[in-house]
Amino acid sequence: MNKREYTIALAGNPNTGKSTLFNVLTGLRQHTGNWPGKTVVHAEGFFTYKNEEYRIIDLPGTYSLYSNSADEEVARDFIIFSKPDVTLVVLDATALERNLNLALQVLEMTDRVIICLNLMDEAKKKGIVIDIANLSKKLGVPVVPLAARNKEGIEELLETVARMVHGEINTTPLVVSYSRAIEEKIAKLLPLVKEVVGEEYPARWVALRLLDGDTSLLHALQHHPHHFLKEGATYACHCAKSV
Amino acid sequence: MTEAKLARLSDAQPGERFRIAKINIEGTMKRRLLDLGFVPGCEVTVLQKSPLGDPTAYRVSHTTIALRKEESDHIYGERIDNE
Ligand SMILES: Nc1nc2c(ncn2[C@@H]2O[C@H](COP(=O)(O)OP(=O)(O)OP(=O)(O)O)[C@@H](O)[C@H]2O)c(=O)[nH]1
Ligand SMILES: [Mg+2]
Repeated sequence: MNKREYTIALAGNPNTGKSTLFNVLTGLRQHTGNWPGKTVVHAEGFFTYKNEEYRIIDLPGTYSLYSNSADEEVARDFIIFSKPDVTLVVLDATALERNLNLALQVLEMTDRVIICLNLMDEAKKKGIVIDIANLSKKLGVPVVPLAARNKEGIEELLETVARMVHGEINTTPLVVSYSRAIEEKIAKLLPLVKEVVGEEYPARWVALRLLDGDTSLLHALQHHPHHFLKEGATYACHCAKSV
Repeated sequence: MTEAKLARLSDAQPGERFRIAKINIEGTMKRRLLDLGFVPGCEVTVLQKSPLGDPTAYRVSHTTIALRKEESDHIYGERIDNE
């Protein structure tokens, strides 16, 4: 019997309850330190669900994955290079509009996403009603309501995670469409990006980052030579400039 | 409304409400301000200035965010009168 360990990443805005959820899931089985070469805290823990082993990483809380602070680079690089089996995006149910910015960014990077609508107890107190089925339909990924501090919703979340790692959930992440000018440039870049990065990285997302002149991403790609040839990154960058 | 009539967020005082019209800068700083929730059309409430006058705390999209003057200087809009 070959047993494998699944990797779960926790992403979300600051103060949405990621660490609270992390602690509920892992109990005391956690390890903290720094991310290699960064002054950003790295917390990793383990749990077992239905006889299967999971490793969970508590990513730094960020409003975005594009503004290039050390926190944002850590979160982005983990999602792109470590390719977690599932990324849990923890949203504050009382500030959905703000929190969806990051959720949409993550949906551009991976389709293995579960949205955790946390602080549902607070939302209820404030009279906020969320149509969860409709939100899930629009985003194209499962949405699970939680009140992590009260340990509410954990069983449904674990069940959804287990089904996702076993390939039992088909997701269709919402594709954000941009202006016509940008979409035309994406269309031109896509074949080039696919040629260079193959199936390894989400091509549309890489094309968008190139068009945005995201030098931090290029730098990161160049330092992952096993996945992405140095020349490839430079070449793709060159192409992005010329479209 | 013409640009000349727009006020800077950095000139708004604690207690005042402000509606963002545009972010007058490009690149990383613009991206950062948008990601923090300073999006055109959004309402911002000025909460308080730190003792030295900088940074200032703002309430925007259900969250408190502090900006330095060099950031809030680029956010233009109109003050909202309290009726
Ligand atoms: N009411 C309520 N409060 C919660 C819930 N989950 C977390 N909290 C509280 O929200 C606050 C922030 O929780 P954290 O778990 O530290 O949030 P975080 O996302 O790890 O924050 P950063 O690491 O700063 O990004 C804490 O005071 C928690 O007790 C919840 O479901 N309901
Ligand atoms: Mg935390």
